Amino acid sequence: MMDGTSGQVIKVSGPLVVAKGLAGARMYEMVRVGDLGLFGEIIEIRGGEYSIQTYEETEGIGPGQPVVRTGEPLSVELGPGLIRSIYDGIQRPLDALARDFGEYIVRGARRPALDRTRQWDFIPSVHVGDLVTGGDILGTVQETAIIVHKIMMPPGRSGIVKRISPVTGDVDTEVAVIEEKGSLLSVTMVQRWPVRDPRPVKRKMPPVQTMVTGQRIIDMFFPIVKGGTACVPGPFGSGKTVVQHQLAKWADAQIVVYVGCGERGNEMTDVLMEFPHLKDPATGEPLMERTVLLANTSNMPVAAREASVFTGIAIAEYFRDMGYSVALMADSTSRWAEAMREISGRLEEMPGEEGYPAYLGSRIAGFYERAGSVVCIGANDRRGAVSIIGAVSPPGGDLSEPVVQTTLRVVKVYWGLDDKLAFARHFPAVNWLSSYSLYQDTVDEDADKTVDTMWSVNRKRAMSILQKEAELDELVRLVGVDSLTTEDRLLMQAARMIREDFLHQNAFDDRDTYTSPRKQFLMLNLILRYYDEIRTGLSDGATLEALLNLNVIEEIVQAKLIPEDQLEQFDAIERDITNSIRALVW
Amino acid sequence: MQNIMREYKTVREIAGPLMLVDDVEGVTYGELADIKLDDGTIRRGRVLEVHGNKAMVQVFEGTRGLSPGDVRVKFLAKGMELGMSIDMLGRVFDGSGQPIDDGPPIIPEKYLNVNGNQINPYARDYPNEFIQTGISTIDLLNTLVRGQKLPLFSASGLPHSRIAAQIARQATVLKTGEKFAVVFAAMGITFEESEFFIADFKKTGAIERSVLFINLADDPPIERLALPRMALTTAEFLAFEKDMHVLVILTDITNYCEALREISAARKEVPGRRGYPGYLYTDLSTIYERAGRIKGKKGSITQIPVLTMPEDDKTHPIPDLTGYITEGQIIILRPLHTQGIYPPVDVLPSLSRLKDKGIGVGKTREDHADVMNQLYSAYAHGKNARELAVVLGESALTDEDILFVKFSDAFEDKFIRQGEYENRTIEESLHIGWQLLGMLPTRLLKRIRNEFIEKYYPQSSN
Ligand SMILES: Nc1ncnc2c1ncn2[C@@H]1O[C@H](COP(=O)(O)OP(=O)(O)OP(=O)(O)O)[C@@H](O)[C@H]1O
Ligand SMILES: [Mg+2]
Repeated sequence: MMDGTSGQVIKVSGPLVVAKGLAGARMYEMVRVGDLGLFGEIIEIRGGEYSIQTYEETEGIGPGQPVVRTGEPLSVELGPGLIRSIYDGIQRPLDALARDFGEYIVRGARRPALDRTRQWDFIPSVHVGDLVTGGDILGTVQETAIIVHKIMMPPGRSGIVKRISPVTGDVDTEVAVIEEKGSLLSVTMVQRWPVRDPRPVKRKMPPVQTMVTGQRIIDMFFPIVKGGTACVPGPFGSGKTVVQHQLAKWADAQIVVYVGCGERGNEMTDVLMEFPHLKDPATGEPLMERTVLLANTSNMPVAAREASVFTGIAIAEYFRDMGYSVALMADSTSRWAEAMREISGRLEEMPGEEGYPAYLGSRIAGFYERAGSVVCIGANDRRGAVSIIGAVSPPGGDLSEPVVQTTLRVVKVYWGLDDKLAFARHFPAVNWLSSYSLYQDTVDEDADKTVDTMWSVNRKRAMSILQKEAELDELVRLVGVDSLTTEDRLLMQAARMIREDFLHQNAFDDRDTYTSPRKQFLMLNLILRYYDEIRTGLSDGATLEALLNLNVIEEIVQAKLIPEDQLEQFDAIERDITNSIRALVW
Repeated sequence: MQNIMREYKTVREIAGPLMLVDDVEGVTYGELADIKLDDGTIRRGRVLEVHGNKAMVQVFEGTRGLSPGDVRVKFLAKGMELGMSIDMLGRVFDGSGQPIDDGPPIIPEKYLNVNGNQINPYARDYPNEFIQTGISTIDLLNTLVRGQKLPLFSASGLPHSRIAAQIARQATVLKTGEKFAVVFAAMGITFEESEFFIADFKKTGAIERSVLFINLADDPPIERLALPRMALTTAEFLAFEKDMHVLVILTDITNYCEALREISAARKEVPGRRGYPGYLYTDLSTIYERAGRIKGKKGSITQIPVLTMPEDDKTHPIPDLTGYITEGQIIILRPLHTQGIYPPVDVLPSLSRLKDKGIGVGKTREDHADVMNQLYSAYAHGKNARELAVVLGESALTDEDILFVKFSDAFEDKFIRQGEYENRTIEESLHIGWQLLGMLPTRLLKRIRNEFIEKYYPQSSN
């Protein structure tokens, strides 16, 4: 791979190295910098000087040291063994580095992204003589208990299968030979792809399939679809990471790519320790069996942080191309944007808003555009999807800042986290008045059919109760609680129950952390039923005091703990509601 | 690259804490330099940028009194290192790592680069061991665990030093077979504050288990950039090579950030918010992320950074970016302090992110999580109602609201308030919590499981 042309360092400023003598080098080509051979990428070429962002610390690098071209842009290795891996931002396998180099990341340490010691059984799906084109599935490898890894013809290539047979070996094992315009192409289980280029698709389709997350406020009020985009902005401590982890755990995606981009080391450790013990509700297998982790923590070099998001999305697209629905979480896209800002500052580019480079908007848009529901290239029109959920960390929680604003222009779902709710320990602290989902209608239509015909009716009612509550709250703040009518008081009670007994969901409680759509519907329905009954009760002569203090309220509060396989218990509570009101009126 | 003549008299420019040296050869980024003055004194510098034959050097002791013609710069062909030894315990060092007590010189066991290396996230072990600080607002509501980084957000004139000292005193109580150490990094604090800590460490004997790095308010500001890194390198040595549980107190991070801003301004970088450089987040993370535990190692590093919020403003870049990196924050509040409550911890916005894994059966007590959630929500309710009453008068409150207001008053008085030398066990904190919850009817205790209400709810007050 190495091109070999060698130049010289002329300048070093933090992660930015400038070199000369790299004739022929292209933008975004990878180079090796200095005596240690640090990885870097060319990000500007001007008058024979090449600016390089370096993925490792540059201490000890200085003018005169060599810079060597590789001839290849920053690329990922794609093949069996991706699942269950943990990589840094440029796909160095952190587990192998820890094993071979110890607990600290040392510079210049290298290990192949895909473990060469693992053996895979390849089973062909095409025959000698078949014509295959880019994206066609040549064969399969059982990668984990739940994931069948499809070995695909690399995009842009095509030819006639000359040789193919079942084989067992490492990823470099030849699995097929294709005759391509007279020459022979040897296909192994691994392919490389330049991370900054989107992988091609046959067609993009409007995303319509609901992605169930098991998070009540999301599924019921601000749903996301497979192939959709969402952002989670919020000040520190408001719960962005917990939302991302919850989705990585419970969303019904087949593959999860989790990118820890400039955030905490311990959060990645948390995932690593927890996921092998948690079971995917859909398959019953450990969650790790469908997960790829990327960890470029805040203290790791910023250039690799900048790259990590692209490394993640390229891996996600690769699984999408196999026909899987993939969810990618990026925590946090603000740290990614800051990495761009830092590099841009070192390049002395003209700064835009808040010092961010002028291309911030197009980079963010370009990233989210790589999400989508698609018809994959290759035969049989497989459908695949990549959903992107990005956390945004605005300075001081100020939503008018550039990263939030540019993100909002491209994503379709906005889960706005609110520090006031977080202080009151109302989690998830998604603000129900300001958040939105542009997939709402699509999901409503689907849920009305598959969950309950009353799904969307209930949802709209519940939301209008919450909106009315906000108005009444305002009124109380201005003139006091006496200004409320009895009717209003009942509404306030219903609203409070929707907030506390439906929206509030404890991620750390085994019974509460995931709720199926059916149970979500029943829980909300119970509260609305109670509201209807107390209103009838009131007009039938029951006292406000009595209606607001019914014992049955306790049953509604506890309903969130009803196990998923005992949902018939909801019927009993409904009967109790009716009976206890009747008892008051008689 | 073997070097020949590494000493230069070619200083071309001096601006702020920076110095531009010309006609250099073989200089590398991050390299350390000795800056020799005519009178024989030596200052320390570090290469911030090297371009062709020009090196930009940051001078730790500052450039005061330097003149381009009078100084010689010698590049040392290595990064900034500090000699490590177990004998550093009980000793006091300045911002360049030189002992400033009257003790003997340190004979290093090894030299370590103070910038450290990043812990491989795969090698980390998750912090989940409860640390009892003896302070109820921390132990019960914002539980600290070993390997966590939990800052105190304070402001000038508030008792953050006393709280930090109380934590250091009470959290390092020896359990059998465990070794503790305190690493104290003072950046730009006053002599008095520094003496307060030293006296406290001496009084309790903690000094024997402590390593102190001190840069006072009138010491060179640029030294503050290297100081926390020296302290953390020492902490890493003690924790991961000597099996100690190390508590690192870093105070005051605000002074550190100001030194960083000074360098950035001198380099004419595009400033971010409030003039702080755009890379402040990344820079701070290279300090804070040096807390933690490592698989297979006995020791741990727990960090308590202290920062004073300019204008008591939590959205100021220093607390804001700190909050984005650390695993929670303890907020010290002026109004509570004015009311005479010590420790004036603002419970609602304070948070320990790692509490959930450090509490419960086998760690603290089965009801811990529920009691914690209930105390929070009840106090939040009471505080809200109290504010409402201020605007609209007591009459605007429902009976329930009034009950919560009473609760929150008692909560501040009995739970938040405690003595500076009062070391409460977690059982005691839980007990006080339950006594206070006893003021509320069980119907309002929605966050507590029935089984715990039956077991712990005080009988008399029902
Ligand atoms: N759904 C939830 N259930 C229970 N607790 C939660 C939930 N969401 C958040 N929390 C609490 O809030 C804390 C902070 O959440 P989180 O770490 O996700 O914040 P964040 O927005 O990612 O902050 P930062 O920007 O600093 O990374 C958690 O440690 C946890 O205590
Ligand atoms: Mg987070």
